[in-house]
Amino acid sequence: MTGPAFATALGEAGSVVTITNVSVRYGPRLALEDVSAALPPGAVGLLGPNGAGKSTLIKALLGFIALERGELRMLGLDVRHAPLEIRRRVGYMPETDAHIPGMTAVAFVAYCGELAGLPRADAMQRAHEVLYYVGLGEARYRKVETYSTGMKQRIKLAQALVHDPDLLLLDEPTNGMDPKGRDEMVALIRDIAHERGLNLIVSSHLLPDIDETCDHVLVLSRGRVATQGPIAGLKGHGQRVFEVRVKGDTGRFAAALQQVGLDCHDTDEDVMRVLMPEGRGSRELFEVAAQQGVQVRHLRASVPTLEDVFVDAVGTQ
Amino acid sequence: MPIHDQGYRRYTGRRIPPGRGWWVIARAGVIERVRERRFLALMLLAWSPFIVRSLQIYASTSIAQLAFLAPGPDTFREFLDQQSPFLFFITIYAGSGLIASDRRANALQVYLSKPLTRVQYVLGKLLALAAFLLAASWLPAMALLALQVIFAGSPDFIRDNPSLVPAITLFCAVEVLATSLAMLALSSLSTSRRFVAVIYAGAVIFAAAVYQVLRGITGTTAWAWVSPENVFDALAIAIFRAPANPPLSATAAITVVVLIAATSIFILDRRVRALDAVT
Repeated sequence: MTGPAFATALGEAGSVVTITNVSVRYGPRLALEDVSAALPPGAVGLLGPNGAGKSTLIKALLGFIALERGELRMLGLDVRHAPLEIRRRVGYMPETDAHIPGMTAVAFVAYCGELAGLPRADAMQRAHEVLYYVGLGEARYRKVETYSTGMKQRIKLAQALVHDPDLLLLDEPTNGMDPKGRDEMVALIRDIAHERGLNLIVSSHLLPDIDETCDHVLVLSRGRVATQGPIAGLKGHGQRVFEVRVKGDTGRFAAALQQVGLDCHDTDEDVMRVLMPEGRGSRELFEVAAQQGVQVRHLRASVPTLEDVFVDAVGTQ
Repeated sequence: MPIHDQGYRRYTGRRIPPGRGWWVIARAGVIERVRERRFLALMLLAWSPFIVRSLQIYASTSIAQLAFLAPGPDTFREFLDQQSPFLFFITIYAGSGLIASDRRANALQVYLSKPLTRVQYVLGKLLALAAFLLAASWLPAMALLALQVIFAGSPDFIRDNPSLVPAITLFCAVEVLATSLAMLALSSLSTSRRFVAVIYAGAVIFAAAVYQVLRGITGTTAWAWVSPENVFDALAIAIFRAPANPPLSATAAITVVVLIAATSIFILDRRVRALDAVT
């Protein structure tokens, strides 16, 4: 279920963010077009290819961008009428490097805490705690300019957390991190959402990040909602997945599958994953293969992944 | 050990309602500058005319033969005029990076994701600069006035010149506000504080040079409004009701100041946004 129907079905009382028929325009281009969704409490992933409108939606939620049409409510408050109250209760981790120049990490985070409304002494105490939590305890007296990319990602998370928000907006939180740092950041995000009880909206174009941290997903494509719902539910949405390896013209085979309404995409291991809608079987694969003159060398039923959900919703664009 | 084992506690303490972010920004801006020795040296240098004037006042009230040095109302206008070069350097030092550095580090989206309006952000930055400009103009002028009363042993001077305190305050407020707004607007146009410093210094010096050239060619002061120095001179003469010949009329000076302020506010409104990050 997508669009306004989903928003209405979940209801405002059960959602952290309610988006109703929202459109945002940059000059002649519609960055968001008639988007409706209800994001439930917990960890929600905002997924989509580059340019899908993820960052635009986050900026609209923060009140940085005027809506052309529609209504945005966050934590029960209208973004247009109570932007300051919303920002007091929200923590935002921007996608790009962002810090206050000339400050040490602890001074920067404490400063952000004060700006968010904490008394000075409390802000400083929270800054120390949060910096330890994100793994920057030993480096907290260093100037932020001297930090590595991974450390800068963590300091952005710390400044978003310092005032203990009810909702965290994380825009590409693992951007530029090495694999170890990425794993630690994902572990942190999972901990925040599942152990500490904060609500999260994680925007990313990396499927594994969303898969490992979130319970729900909102998939955007070209400024529109492609699909949304619980990740577990979407994965098992009445369809099966087959891993197929063929000998012959794989491009022609894939195109033929698309023609008969079967979505498929390549993996890194030279295996195609074919999404089989409910009521259809693997026999069709063999029929198409025979028509195209390719040989099926490997066929195995598989468990649907978030990538399959994504491909099904967005296509292989 | 996984890093999140360090723990995260929910905050249950007091929260201050939105609206005082400007004060946090202004205080942080002042503290950051005060920690720099070079800037403190500049501020001390800016108080050197005060020391000379203090000696002048002391001598005029203590030594009868030097009574001719006694200050009049115009002394304070001249003193504020003398402070102009110091204000120029303080503006460049303390003001050029106020918004430019934030833009370079993408800090605007951090600021504006907090419960803070753009007006509060600009106000905080404005006060961080204005505090130092007032500390180098209004504060020493008022301190001189206080010294005059103390050394003379009576408040007669203030009683005889009741408009002096409002005049000093009004002139300093207008000069500091216009200067701070102009510098903030310039600072918001770039991500390099050095570039902003060069542009500001160049604009002030170039404007004065252009005026001198035009005066030489035309033989009149009709173009005096192009130089901020002339504008503030004319304003000071009008506010202090000094018996001097202003380079341009008070109305023209006020118009230029209003135009500078309005243009600066327009630029700030366009440039101080969190939208740079939107891709």
